[in-house]
Amino acid sequence: MTTAVLQERTHYLNNGYGLKSWLLTKDHKRIAVLYFITISIFFALGGVFASLIRLELVTPAGDLVSSETYNKLFTMHGVIMVFFFLIPSVPATMGNFFLPMMIGARDLAFPKINLLSWYLLIAGGGFAIFAMMAGGVDTGWTFYTPYSTTYSNTYVIATALGIFIAGFSSILTGLNFIVTVHRMRAPGMTWFKMPLFVWANYATGVIQVLGTPVIAVTLVLVFCERVFHIGIFDPALGGDPVLFQHLFWFYSHPAVYIMVLPAMGVISELVSTFSRKPIFGYPFVAFSSVAIAVIGFLVWGHHLFVSGQSLYAGLVFSFLSYFVAIPSAIKVFNWTATLYKGSISYATPMLYAFGFIGLFTIGGLTGLFVAALGIDVHVTDTYFVIAHFHYVMVGGTVMAYLGGVHYWWPKMTGRMYPEGWAKLSALFIFVGFNLTFFPQFILGYLGMPRRYHAYPPEFQVLHVASTAGATVLAVGYILPAIYLAWSLRYGPVAGSNPWGATGLEWATPSPPPTHNFDRIPVVTHEAYDYTAVPQEVEVV
Amino acid sequence: MQLPLFPEQASTISTEVDHLLYFLVAVSVFFTLLIFLAIFYFAIKYRRRSENEIPEHVHTGLTLEIVWTVIPFGLTMIMFTWGASIFFKESRPPDDSMQIYVVGKQWMWKLQHMEGQREINELHIPVGRPVRLTMTSEDVIHSFFVPAFRTKQDVVPGRYTTTWFEATKPGKYHLFCAEYCGTNHSGMIGWVYAMEPQDYQQWLSGAPKGTLSQAGAKLFEDLACSNCHKPDGSGRCPSLVGVFGSTVKLAGGGTVKADEAYIRESILSPAAKVVSGYEPLMPTFQGQVTEEGVVDLIAYIKTLAEKPAEQPSQPGIAASAASTATNR
Repeated sequence: MTTAVLQERTHYLNNGYGLKSWLLTKDHKRIAVLYFITISIFFALGGVFASLIRLELVTPAGDLVSSETYNKLFTMHGVIMVFFFLIPSVPATMGNFFLPMMIGARDLAFPKINLLSWYLLIAGGGFAIFAMMAGGVDTGWTFYTPYSTTYSNTYVIATALGIFIAGFSSILTGLNFIVTVHRMRAPGMTWFKMPLFVWANYATGVIQVLGTPVIAVTLVLVFCERVFHIGIFDPALGGDPVLFQHLFWFYSHPAVYIMVLPAMGVISELVSTFSRKPIFGYPFVAFSSVAIAVIGFLVWGHHLFVSGQSLYAGLVFSFLSYFVAIPSAIKVFNWTATLYKGSISYATPMLYAFGFIGLFTIGGLTGLFVAALGIDVHVTDTYFVIAHFHYVMVGGTVMAYLGGVHYWWPKMTGRMYPEGWAKLSALFIFVGFNLTFFPQFILGYLGMPRRYHAYPPEFQVLHVASTAGATVLAVGYILPAIYLAWSLRYGPVAGSNPWGATGLEWATPSPPPTHNFDRIPVVTHEAYDYTAVPQEVEVV
Repeated sequence: MQLPLFPEQASTISTEVDHLLYFLVAVSVFFTLLIFLAIFYFAIKYRRRSENEIPEHVHTGLTLEIVWTVIPFGLTMIMFTWGASIFFKESRPPDDSMQIYVVGKQWMWKLQHMEGQREINELHIPVGRPVRLTMTSEDVIHSFFVPAFRTKQDVVPGRYTTTWFEATKPGKYHLFCAEYCGTNHSGMIGWVYAMEPQDYQQWLSGAPKGTLSQAGAKLFEDLACSNCHKPDGSGRCPSLVGVFGSTVKLAGGGTVKADEAYIRESILSPAAKVVSGYEPLMPTFQGQVTEEGVVDLIAYIKTLAEKPAEQPSQPGIAASAASTATNR
């Protein structure tokens, strides 16, 4: 196949070129591309904030920026990365693009709502960016009261409003996925023939729909107290500051699973494709997603072990937190067992999958530390916690995200990325990530508190190591931005199924036509049946 | 160049916390190595040798699924129980603890000893004796964190939280605010000086201007509390003699234990819990008395319960009696 052929055929990318054809599109694939561009910008922005934080922390004194600026930097890093990158990341891009294709559908159940959800993210992001340009916000991404409601003189309301609006984007995406999975599966596509990526996004949708309204309500309450001085959280007005923490974490702990479950779904696809094996223990991996979604709602109090909540509440939440660890462990064991007697390829997406399993294992195991009451008293609000959740969110979700981007890049764009450069950047990311965040476990146990602009000199060596790692990590993130852009024009043309993968998305030409399938497929094989790999599609 | 890799162990609980840490590290290293080595081994042994190979099918083993569900679950239950047992100890100060009051505000720690010493961003304590901290905040949430003691407790406005520790070796240890509290959060730091008991006694004798309860007794007069709370119960409000630590009957039924939180609430929101047999006459002292003043009043009200034998007829006498007792 040549470049010329690619241009002759009508597919979703060349089916209309004007701005209007993108901004008013109802095609789930185009909306996925819009999301992809949007969250890439947010990721870059959050990354710039992170870089400035790491630069400031090279020296113990607060000398690069002022304390006000430093506090705004870590707040905006958190807000942008959590609400405008990690939460939409996998579902809004790859989920949007591939969930319908994987179950043999021509679009999501509600294409207009899908477009609306993108506009909501843009509107929410607009408020957040306005808040930053106007002067920033300094409450931390957690908005703890009464600091956020009474004491902070920064743009709390605009930022909260941005998150509030973006929340509806997340709810609508989740709703769309749930309905699509229930109603739009192709003939023969039973629940247990669905790829595990679909299971993971379905479970995520449930959390998005049930959890996100709670953060919306909480932010409205913050608004009421800050603007109308209605006493809800501030004890000076008769409120309860710890109530906020309960409400906030009732959403924000399940939100961790919104961020990581779809990533786990990606890993299931990668591990299967690049070892040419069905996922070992498919039903266990599928149900572990559902288990995480359910139990994830019952563990929020583990963020409050030292907040003054009752001793017995601490016991219950610690106990339940160990329950939620088990389904994650089950997934890791099953992915590893899938490799047994496989045909293992070292293509870039698989390197990311290996990276994910390794780093997520460390992130998950250190979760057992913070779930232990006696240990958490010491390490909560220190760099130990920072290291733990970055191992899960960056070592986990971002690795899976990049693995997925490389895996589906040929399907989305019709072209291959340069394999050598991609392997090199995967290596940079793995090494840089560990060098950045592993020293933070040690810092945390030593007692280095989080959100400190200046710190005692004995912590400097570990901070310098961490910043050095962040530099390597930054190179690892910049490389794909360059070579992926390059590949859009110069990458080798990919066939319809360059990996020999089994999903229905590979039974379409690359890039797929707007309607995905000329004829809705009838599913007769189990998921990941490598005796029935979709053949190269003839392009007419 | 300093490169510490492990924090000092300077309290009774710190070694227990570290033992659990060692267990967790051992389990984590084991599983991390297990996963890493399995991945490396499989990835090399079963590397793709030809483009078209289709590996043989491996059936899912139910036994294996059960094994790797049950074993981790058992291990986590050990972690849970172990961690909870430490937490129980951390949450329950021994009865013979010495009392220190802590008030956090943006961005300093104010610490008050019963003997009257008031410190800012420094805390002097004796080794070998449990120290109980009763803490509140004047503004936002702070968190009292001494890494060498493995102790941390949020300090919440509007309520008292408590923690305790027993230092085991003399030294100078970091005190951090661990809950983000605004602009100068990283400046809300100080030192804990753990001292040999005799050094501590000497430090204590360094010119205190009067004990907390004396200050409280004076405040009790200044705020005219004594007009209604007469010691013999003849006033319009209940006598406070012997109240602290007792169980108080409330109007409308129910009882409450007269602890520090209850006394604080009764000063700042008197209508919240009215004593049985009395009218809700008392005005609120919110805004008229600082958190430190409330602490002084509590210290005074405590002395009214401590020495039933020397029950004074006037608060002033109680104060002077207390001062004779502590002026060594």
